[in-house]
Amino acid sequence: MATFFRPLPALEPRTAAFWRACRAGRLEFTRCVPCRYLIHPSRPICPKCRGRSLDQVTVSGRARLHSYTVNHQAWYPGQAVPYVIGLVELVEQPELRLMTNIINCPIDCVQIGMALRVVFENLSDEVALPLFEPDART
Amino acid sequence: MSEPLERRSIISGVGQSAIGRRLFRDDLELTCDAALAAIADAGLCPDDIDGIGAYPGPIQGGPGFAGPGVYEVQDTLGIDVRWHLSGLEGPAQISPIIHAALAVAAGLCRHALVYRTVTEATAAADTGRRGIGAGSAEISGFAAFFIPFGAMSAANWLALYARRHMYEFGTKKEHLGAVAITARRHAGLNPAAVYRTPMSMDEYLGARMISDPFGLYDCDVPVDGSTAVIVSSVEAARDLPHPAVRFNAVGTALRARPLWDQWGDITTMAARDAAAHLWSRTDLKPADVDTAQLYDGFSFLTLAWLEALGFCKKGESGPFVEDGRIALGGALPLNTWGGQLSGGRLHGFGFVAEAVRQLRGECGARQVPDCEVAVVGVGGGPVAGCMLLTK
Repeated sequence: MATFFRPLPALEPRTAAFWRACRAGRLEFTRCVPCRYLIHPSRPICPKCRGRSLDQVTVSGRARLHSYTVNHQAWYPGQAVPYVIGLVELVEQPELRLMTNIINCPIDCVQIGMALRVVFENLSDEVALPLFEPDART
Repeated sequence: MSEPLERRSIISGVGQSAIGRRLFRDDLELTCDAALAAIADAGLCPDDIDGIGAYPGPIQGGPGFAGPGVYEVQDTLGIDVRWHLSGLEGPAQISPIIHAALAVAAGLCRHALVYRTVTEATAAADTGRRGIGAGSAEISGFAAFFIPFGAMSAANWLALYARRHMYEFGTKKEHLGAVAITARRHAGLNPAAVYRTPMSMDEYLGARMISDPFGLYDCDVPVDGSTAVIVSSVEAARDLPHPAVRFNAVGTALRARPLWDQWGDITTMAARDAAAHLWSRTDLKPADVDTAQLYDGFSFLTLAWLEALGFCKKGESGPFVEDGRIALGGALPLNTWGGQLSGGRLHGFGFVAEAVRQLRGECGARQVPDCEVAVVGVGGGPVAGCMLLTK
């Protein structure tokens, strides 16, 4: 896939842990300790049980492709296209999703339902993006 | 249930500014053109207006997106108000119309001016249409999870919804095309529409791709223009120069995680919740609707609205739009002004203006015969609001 300029996600109070974990090579979510619900984006209270006992957990990085689109439009002058935007669902929890790019896969081979695994693209000393590639292990 | 409060309000007037590509006009002046036209249409003078509302208010949106805020317009028109509101959050772009109806019914004001103004065509004249966040070094808020991945437009976000609908239900690109081609045919009967030349399926399918499955003609066309309506107390109905248009029911519900990426069933939209809410407030049924004015910022959204409102079953909107059912002369004439795909991206309010004019019988060559009930559904993804309007 051609690369293009990626703006930095801002390190905000509730999102900084997510981006910093990616930079350390881990996909990490806020989890509700009593009900085990993974909360993304992170919230100070669990939307399922309203509990406040929360921790951070690392997930496997394995996912299925829930939907995708091949973007052909250059959204600013000189942007390299086409590229694949995917909506991936992590195996740990139904409907826990990330919008991302599907990489290391010919565009013609991208299919809904395909098994994926996370790979990280470093953007700065503090931030990496979670991208996904085909996972041959599953 | 006691009678829904919105039935104490009517739409008494509608007005629009010039609408077009790259008008190079001041957005405040366009707004005043639409507002004064709507006030006159209602048989009122500016001093009769005692409420003002707008979507979205003076936010930092994309170029030409926001339009002037309500205080600029209040000040420019020299009016005093007892109710005033704008905001981005709410039941889609028609939120201030719905809330004006409730404010009027509650007696906060008697005649509310509500408008939506865009100058997105002129604003993009030098640069072309850019993505959200283009040129920014850093992205904050919810967009931080989208923009760094090149998902820089609602076209990308909603293409994911459309692709999943195709996967689950066998919806075809040609079904999206039926929405766009029908809208274009209707636009040919609307002198104010921006794209009026008929389009064939081959032309539609041959358009350059934007974000698969959306090609150029699946995306609405940015324009400059302002639409204003006057929402009045039902007691004013007998004094109007035109037939009153009544609020039969509104729908504002939102019953899933209100996030583009965490929305559970992405073959549906918030339209599903708003539509169910609307039907719970009325004895009318989908079969009573004479014309549907359903948001088409992207062609797929109209399919989702058709399912949401119960005109067909879930997953069956593709076959539903085949064979002319949604064309003038068909069972459910849809987006009879050309929609935003061909009429221009007036951002929700174009559908309202058309519903009012159809109910009044003012649409000439594109008039739906004996039009007594119109539904307006606005919004996409996790954003939706709808209204059932009657003569």
